[in-house]
Amino acid sequence: MSAPDDHSDTPQAGTATASTALRIAIPLGVLIVALGAWEMSVRLTSVPSYILPAPSVIGRTMVADWPLLWGSLQVTLETTLLGLALAVLGGVGLAVLFSLSRIVEYSLYPFAIVLQVTPVIAVAPLLLIYLPQNVAVLACAWIVAFFPVLSNTMLGLRSVDRSLLELFALYGPAPAPGIWGRFRLRARTLWILRAPAALPAFMAGLRIATGLSLIGAVVAEMAAGSAGAGSGLAYRIIESQYRLNIPRLFAALVLLAGVGVILFLAMAGLSHLALRHWHESERRPEP
Amino acid sequence: MALRHVGKTYANGVAALSDLSLTVVDNEFLSLLGPSGCGKSTALRILAGLIAPTAGNVVWTDDSSADHRGQIGFVFQDPTLMPWATVADNVWLPLRLRGVGRREARDRIGESLNLVGIGDFADAFPHELSGGMKMRASLARALVVRPRLLLMDEPFAALDELTRFRLNDDLLAVREKLGCTVVFVTHSVFESVYLSDRIAVMTARPGAIAAEVPIDPHGPRDVNFRTSAPYAQLCRDVSDRLASRNRAGEA
Ligand SMILES: Nc1ncnc2c1ncn2[C@@H]1O[C@H](COP(=O)(O)OP(=O)(O)O)[C@@H](O)[C@H]1O
Ligand SMILES: [Mg+2]
Repeated sequence: MSAPDDHSDTPQAGTATASTALRIAIPLGVLIVALGAWEMSVRLTSVPSYILPAPSVIGRTMVADWPLLWGSLQVTLETTLLGLALAVLGGVGLAVLFSLSRIVEYSLYPFAIVLQVTPVIAVAPLLLIYLPQNVAVLACAWIVAFFPVLSNTMLGLRSVDRSLLELFALYGPAPAPGIWGRFRLRARTLWILRAPAALPAFMAGLRIATGLSLIGAVVAEMAAGSAGAGSGLAYRIIESQYRLNIPRLFAALVLLAGVGVILFLAMAGLSHLALRHWHESERRPEP
Repeated sequence: MALRHVGKTYANGVAALSDLSLTVVDNEFLSLLGPSGCGKSTALRILAGLIAPTAGNVVWTDDSSADHRGQIGFVFQDPTLMPWATVADNVWLPLRLRGVGRREARDRIGESLNLVGIGDFADAFPHELSGGMKMRASLARALVVRPRLLLMDEPFAALDELTRFRLNDDLLAVREKLGCTVVFVTHSVFESVYLSDRIAVMTARPGAIAAEVPIDPHGPRDVNFRTSAPYAQLCRDVSDRLASRNRAGEA
């Protein structure tokens, strides 16, 4: 770019940063005001901290219990990410398989739906009986995260412009006869057309799956919690509840929400990186 | 090549074509002109081998041993570019499908883009282009295979008039350079008279050829031609035939 262009860009860039700053500052202000009101009302009415702890108490508990909470956070985060990774592997793998073979799709897809519609909280106790606890928790995270990846990727792989598919018929070599030839043609369209076309839908599925994976992990930990020797954040919440350690319960809850937010932002960033060059959803409006 | 007594009834029972016979002469610019829904696209797709006729057949009149698939370029009504790929990568696609690597294809891609006047936009993404430029990219993609037969399905129908005029002229210039046969589907009388050596006027659905009109002045097609008396006369002729045929079709 030449210098004059840079110059003319500056005011626009300026307003853009200003509006971003505002979008961060406003909710932050609301949060501070709300926390202040909370603190004030707790102090004025002198509610005991085992009923409603003040934010300052929660903060102090967070610092004091940090080693314990940090360990729990790591466990929950690990379960969530591992569950998500397995869900992506399984979901994408299966979606690809389905797009290559109708027979595989017809024989397996109904079971994927059954897995999806059965509430995970109802499945968790059974899994906890048959599997070691950490594996059962992982399985729950996987179960809920798997389906959105599968169904979104399937949808994406199918939503290719028909005319683009016809280009393959027009310009590609005539497909070799037989099943193998058909398979090769499908694999080729998959790689060149369907995979990139599916990326936006896959990304949408991934975002949903990330949130669900965390929920699945928490639900399973809670189901396990009463029975056991868990160590994730959800387990800390249950444990704190039993012990009426409400400040710690709040601290764990704050961390859990923090994990959710960070994962959400990470996925939004990933989606932006993958789609920014071409997809409408990641294009900024002209200022 | 020729279509002989071709009929096409779609699976849903719509009879799009019936008993359509048409010969495409080597190196001519032939327009298929007809009202919308009369089966123009269907006829073109049968020519391209994209769909099979349900009656009649397609005959190649030249050395029929060659692989004809490799000699056809096709331009759809919409640009149908892959939005995630740059213009150059889009133009690469037909070659890629034939196993030509990106590097080997580079010169031919550049050549093709220059031919249609968008050499500077090789690295742009489709959403960065105007409608006319997208259509140029689509044309470049068809030309990159050096087709002997270029099939175009109302390629400029969605463009504004000024852009369409420019693309008409550029298409003729490109054809002058490459010397390929063109079958051009359109519903615009003016466009078909301006571009063609010959116009095949189609009847309403089920489509067949109602009349073939040679466009005689083989001289240069330019602004002068567009405003000349013979041009106006030809447009009238063709319009009359179109109108009378379709009135007969309705009756
Ligand atoms: N794939 C299809 N299946 C069923 N009917 C079709 C299909 N494609 C086109 N038709 C029908 O065939 C007729 C001719 O269509 P088409 O060849 O696209 O006409 P044109 O290009 O002249 O507008 C129309 O009535 C259309 O609805
Ligand atoms: Mg059409």
